[in-house]
Amino acid sequence: MKRVAKPVFFILAILILVLSYFATFGLHTQYGDIDTTIIKGIGDIRWGIDIRGGVEATFKPADGVDATDEEIEAAKAIIETRLVSSNITDYELYADPSSNRIIVRFPWKEDETEFDAKSAIEEISATAELTFRPGNSYTSTDINAEGETVYKTPKGDTETVLMDGSNVESAQAGLDGTEYVVQLKLKDASVFQDITTKYLNQVVSIWLDDEMITAPTVSATVTNGEAVINGMKNAEEAQNLATKINAGALPFKLETTSFGSVSPTLGESALVAMAYAAVVALIFMAIFLIVMYRLPGFIAVITLLGQLSLSVVAVSGFFTVIPSFTMTLPGIAGMILSIGMGADANIITAERIREEIRAGKTIDGAVIAGTKGSFWAIFDGNVTVIIVSIILMLVFGPVNILSGIFGPSTTGTIYSFGYTLLVGVIANFVMGVGASRLMVKSASGIKLFRKKWLFGGAGK
Amino acid sequence: MKKVLNFTGTSKIFFSISIAIFIIGIICNCIFSVTLDIQFTGGTIIQYNYTGDIDTDAMKDLIQKETADTVSFNISENITVGDDGNQLQNGYLLAVQFSGKKTITPDIMSNLTTKLQSTYPDNNFKMVDSQSVESSMGWKFFLKCITAVAIACVLMVIYVAFRFKKIGGWSAGVMALVALFHDVLMIYFTFIILRMPIDSNFIAVTLMILGYSLNDTIVIYDRVRENRKLMGGKKIEYAALFNKSATQVLRRTICTSLTTLAAIVSVLVFALVFNIQSVVSFALPMMIGIISGCYSSICIAGPLWVIWQNHKLATQKKKGKGRK
Repeated sequence: MKRVAKPVFFILAILILVLSYFATFGLHTQYGDIDTTIIKGIGDIRWGIDIRGGVEATFKPADGVDATDEEIEAAKAIIETRLVSSNITDYELYADPSSNRIIVRFPWKEDETEFDAKSAIEEISATAELTFRPGNSYTSTDINAEGETVYKTPKGDTETVLMDGSNVESAQAGLDGTEYVVQLKLKDASVFQDITTKYLNQVVSIWLDDEMITAPTVSATVTNGEAVINGMKNAEEAQNLATKINAGALPFKLETTSFGSVSPTLGESALVAMAYAAVVALIFMAIFLIVMYRLPGFIAVITLLGQLSLSVVAVSGFFTVIPSFTMTLPGIAGMILSIGMGADANIITAERIREEIRAGKTIDGAVIAGTKGSFWAIFDGNVTVIIVSIILMLVFGPVNILSGIFGPSTTGTIYSFGYTLLVGVIANFVMGVGASRLMVKSASGIKLFRKKWLFGGAGK
Repeated sequence: MKKVLNFTGTSKIFFSISIAIFIIGIICNCIFSVTLDIQFTGGTIIQYNYTGDIDTDAMKDLIQKETADTVSFNISENITVGDDGNQLQNGYLLAVQFSGKKTITPDIMSNLTTKLQSTYPDNNFKMVDSQSVESSMGWKFFLKCITAVAIACVLMVIYVAFRFKKIGGWSAGVMALVALFHDVLMIYFTFIILRMPIDSNFIAVTLMILGYSLNDTIVIYDRVRENRKLMGGKKIEYAALFNKSATQVLRRTICTSLTTLAAIVSVLVFALVFNIQSVVSFALPMMIGIISGCYSSICIAGPLWVIWQNHKLATQKKKGKGRK
């Protein structure tokens, strides 16, 4: 028999403990007042609105208007600008052109005290106001999520409105030679002709609500109602600007078709309750496993810790460059199930070793026969769970394979269940099957542990 | 060697127990009727916290005046609400449900909140949760969930049939599926008997149990497959083969179920203490599902598989005799 080296047991145990520590607490450094996160821990996980509270709403065009795909995208862009300008950067936003729906989910603002879902919803879904103004004076600046400077609130001359969004027919990103541009089509050419005549060689800025989106200089008088804004850095910038202008020219209002809100107190107590439950459950499981299975039980506890840590790492992202997955209550349920599967993998193996020992085999023989005999049962059981979780992720996730038949659904929470279950089961293969077996085999070579009762043999 | 337990011999008793529970469940289903959560049917529910005692009839009139829909509500006590750090008061959770299948406008909701707060200024009304779902979207979501479950079931049966070819493939797969149906029905009846509305928790629990129960069944099938191999070309005594395998894995099945149950029970206890309904209505059916999943794989799927195999053997024999 090929034995696994003795130090493997200790090396794996230490590695798992180190991983658990960092997965739980993360790694932060502090220089003066600046706190830098190097590794993300549990505290850096992004919680879903069912846990920390927030608002969820679905919008559609009011009065049964059948909007085009571009219009829905434009409406989505408005909502996005609004969310960002009211400092909500942590939102989820989906548009579904086939059913004319826009779904948004965002947490309460940090300084929110009123928790008024109505005003929050109205704030972001109100009709956007697109205005053309002379000059480009502004009152204040802000930094948006992409780190760009945003100019807010017109000042002085710029307070005058020359033209509003109702005169814009469409805006489209295009290529003029080698330069990216936005082509504007206007309804009433004469209004724009007057503006471009009066402000020739001067700046005319375009504003969406309270934010300046561009400030080009008029280089020629436009008579045919088709203007071109040039000077775009890249295709993306041109596309963004076109979408924003279209947003301000939307011919319909948005109506709320469904909404939900959870107060943060309800969510927080749910989180506290789940945290207590997790600790109690883990302690109970540890005692049970060690009492029932002794050495393999002890190894099971360590590898379960490792499995749980890997799951947490997959949720938090671990490294700061990887964004955290949104964790919801069903996500926690998925984690619990995968821990159950992990305990099961260890129990199946430990039972098998115990059986072989009681059938009279030596420790080495029992460990070999036990790990070999139990592998396929664990493998088949976990693969079926992987099948379930992948189906859930495909159906309820971004891929949304059934959306052709059923349209999009507002509940992304089942996706989160599928995700934690999948990563949990994969972690189970790494820890509960891989690491656990190596540790048992390695421990069986350590003199101190070479006692049959430690592997489940009858007491002395 | 340990004594081999005779599962197939007592299978009639097991089948009767399950059928009896089904009958009770169906009767309850007729009496209580199924309620689908507004997530699926569409509609509106708003939840408030408040402290102190209020004349509920007067409050009901007040709420009813705000809308044309018929309003129904449910008040439950909640200790965490009353505890504001200073003095202990009776805390309550009020859930207002609007009968209309259409969504209400955010206006009605905010009017209602203001009205309650101004009429009962001393009772600390706070909106904690609101949900309003369009009916067509809810129904689509429900159908989508059912389809997802169906697809997962079909794929799992195909996988089992493929992996357990040696012990009758399709028969093993189909019997595993029967056991799954058994467990899903048990969960369904739990929702009915406890009068909980069928919501996305039901879907989540169902999916969880599908994976969990099938895992139990697979562990037993795996033992049957292994013991079958040990027997070589000998004539198979299916009942004995199954009983031996089931006895060998019984300890594992019970231990695994106990550890998972312990985890779920601690979730349930804390959810009850903190009065988190969404978690309670998840954990409770989950417990039933785990017990049922453990029971169905040993007492339902296995014996049924034995009956099927024996039946196949008998018909083969008959055919053989006919040819002679």
